[in-house]
Amino acid sequence: MNYVAGILGKLNIHVFPHDKVTLGAAVSIVLGGFIAILFMTYTKRWKWLWKEWLTSVDPKKIGVMYIIVGLLMLVRGGADALMMKTQQATSVGASHGVLSATTFQQLFSAHGTIMIFFAAMGLMFGLINLVLPIQIGARDVAFPFLNLTSFWLFAAGMILINLSLGIGEFSTAGWLAYPPLSELRYSPGVGVDYWIWSLQIAGIGSLLSGINFFVTIVKMRCSGMNLMKMPMFVWSVLGSTLLIMFAFPILTVTLTLLFLDRTMGMHFFTGGFGGNPMMYVNLIWAWGHPEVYILILPAFGIYSEIVATFSRKRLFGYTSMVWAIGAITVLSFSVWLHHFFTMGAGADVNGFFGIMTMVIAIPTGVKVFNWLFTMFRGRINFSTPMYWFMGFIGLFTVGGVAGVVMSVPPADFQLHNSLFLVAHFHTMIVGGVVFGYLAGITYWFPKIFGFRLNERLGRWSFWCWFIGFLLAFIPLYILGLMGATRRLDHYSASLGWQPLFIVSGIGAGIIAIGVGIFVLQIALSIIQRKDNIDYTGDPWNGRTLEWSIPSPAPFYNFAISPIVHDRDPFWEAKRQSNKDTDEVPHYKDIVMPKNSGIAPIIGMLSVAFGFGMIWHVWWLCIAALVTIIVVIIVRSSDDHTEFIVPAKEIERIETEYAARKAQAPKRRYA
Amino acid sequence: MSDASTPAASLRLSGTDHEKNSKTVFGFWVYIMTDCVLFASLFATYAVLHHNIFGGPSGQTLFSLPNVLTETLILLTSSFTCGLGILAARANHKNKVLFWFLITFLLGIAFLSLELTEFRHLVITGNSWRRSGFLSAFFTLVGTHGLHISIGLLWLVVLLGKIFSGGLSKNNLRQLTLFSIFWHFLDIIWIFIFTIVYLMGSLGK
Repeated sequence: MNYVAGILGKLNIHVFPHDKVTLGAAVSIVLGGFIAILFMTYTKRWKWLWKEWLTSVDPKKIGVMYIIVGLLMLVRGGADALMMKTQQATSVGASHGVLSATTFQQLFSAHGTIMIFFAAMGLMFGLINLVLPIQIGARDVAFPFLNLTSFWLFAAGMILINLSLGIGEFSTAGWLAYPPLSELRYSPGVGVDYWIWSLQIAGIGSLLSGINFFVTIVKMRCSGMNLMKMPMFVWSVLGSTLLIMFAFPILTVTLTLLFLDRTMGMHFFTGGFGGNPMMYVNLIWAWGHPEVYILILPAFGIYSEIVATFSRKRLFGYTSMVWAIGAITVLSFSVWLHHFFTMGAGADVNGFFGIMTMVIAIPTGVKVFNWLFTMFRGRINFSTPMYWFMGFIGLFTVGGVAGVVMSVPPADFQLHNSLFLVAHFHTMIVGGVVFGYLAGITYWFPKIFGFRLNERLGRWSFWCWFIGFLLAFIPLYILGLMGATRRLDHYSASLGWQPLFIVSGIGAGIIAIGVGIFVLQIALSIIQRKDNIDYTGDPWNGRTLEWSIPSPAPFYNFAISPIVHDRDPFWEAKRQSNKDTDEVPHYKDIVMPKNSGIAPIIGMLSVAFGFGMIWHVWWLCIAALVTIIVVIIVRSSDDHTEFIVPAKEIERIETEYAARKAQAPKRRYA
Repeated sequence: MSDASTPAASLRLSGTDHEKNSKTVFGFWVYIMTDCVLFASLFATYAVLHHNIFGGPSGQTLFSLPNVLTETLILLTSSFTCGLGILAARANHKNKVLFWFLITFLLGIAFLSLELTEFRHLVITGNSWRRSGFLSAFFTLVGTHGLHISIGLLWLVVLLGKIFSGGLSKNNLRQLTLFSIFWHFLDIIWIFIFTIVYLMGSLGK
């Protein structure tokens, strides 16, 4: 028996799911994977997938992989949400709905975790990878191999969290796993361990990405681009990566301490032996609040790019935008306590954090006014990205005002843990973050793939999201004020809440249709790509450097490193030159990083390591860890990680692009 | 700084190499800052929990200052020899580099064995990390530093192997620079551990 425990840890035959919902989800994931494998084998694409994508250090390809994973996780988290909404609409009075209480708890824990860590973070790093290097006129990031490794650590966390569907169970302790509930005594299963290790591994990936992009921005801007000439998206990413560097180590520590409590019998957050559960809540929010700004800042950057491009105007108040980002970056570390005013820190402490929370609304308000003034007297072109932006302005203002309401500690005592809070943060994260990333995908899609997305479906998707959102979350504000708490899987019929919950469920269904249309939009646009080809590389009459190179962007981005004299350099260049330059460009050899199979190997070994930690299969942990170390040593001894693209090859590619550009039909900017 | 005065120049680094060096070293500094935040969180945790002895022993009864002072002196000396090794690397003396870093390595091993002896003693006398919140925080903070030292030693031994066989190549020199930053950083963290955990703990503050 001991022998078996040594090999299998806590694994046994009973770890496979028993309840129908989880089993169904697990089976459909396995089936989907199986079909994908069959398709890949049938079309003989494995080698292509490995050589062109999984091992690629090209940030544009890494970005696409991040976005694919992010969208998949958006669907997974969305399915969780739909099931919860169905339960809440039906589980009233004598009826107990469709889900067991345990499944419901796993669903809300998984929904929050997956949406923040794997959907939002995935889309964010995806977009940063796609455009940031091009926007600063660079050919790559500071550490290309590390960039790919970060992606694979992110993917490893994603795989682990989805494994919990089929093997064992997921946490029932909510998306932030507060102790003492998340301690071994009250959550003896592997659910919390799945939560810890998938976040720990993905979190380390995010930290490394943060460092990587920070160094990229500081060290790799093209000549002439001083800080105050950087595009606003680059500024926003700079703020976001600074926050990652200061916040994610706290998450690493917090998760480690919870792991030590659960696995080594330590007493950081336990009820007895001198542990302090409140310390966990402080630590997790000292990471968690900056995390919200880590997600929203790049979305702010995207909106700034979009509103300037589609209003045909310079961004209004560039300097104040920069200072607003700086202020938000600094202030976001001084408000974390507003997540737990009710825990008794005292009036003075609550007062301080309440005021700091109100203060942070000021720079955010500055940004909103700057965006509106950018549109003022602009020649606005209502393309799809602009729809997302307009939707964002409305929702974000509503959500922001709700946030200021809750920043008043006495009010928060009433609203804490209510559906009002749930409605508030969904307004900020869906209306702010998700709209921003979907707008960003639509905006930069042609740069990566060489054709635009279908405008009509894009608009339909937007309207579904927007109307669905209002239907899903306005009722939650009302329910919250009526006293409905969050994470409720059953309530009394006499409360009269059911109609509002049903409306909210219908809204969630409409959002799901919006997600479906977005995916359909991508599929249909691929099929009809000939109709929407971007010949010039500048489909929107853009302003920044990424539009100055062809679409799809060549793997080296810039044949000749650009020199920047102005903010909006490409816009200025277009305005000043009314003739095509006839001088023959002089190309030089370019040094580019080689692809690496080591990063995916590290990712898969991390899955094995995490799995071993979760199930106490210690030999697997040790084997995986030792192999990771050996692989890193091998990689660090490799002196041939780069190759040279000869000038002739670049000339060939550039000539091809020029020929394509010549075929372009006459411009049709609005 | 003109190129001629830097170690890079003595190695006849080309422009791209120089750029790569500056990126890598800057990136490593940024990593060190994040590690600082990590230790800051652990110090904060220790500060919160250090009175929570739950009827068990406090730092005052557990810590042996002479032992810790020895550890401290060993680690400080290893930082000094690490610095001498970097000077030798700048002067391009391969054997001196190997010698000074071997000394650094041995001092690191000595530090680590003293620390492990202390840990072992605590566990044997029934004062393991399971005893109280205070001891959990103590083992985790000091242990995380020890883990960093272990990783540093593993890194160093691999690096010394590479220098022994491949000489002071660009790649090896860059890694040596990074290692020395890492090692000095761990030294600074230890000074804080020595002060906050051991000295203040022994005084019962």
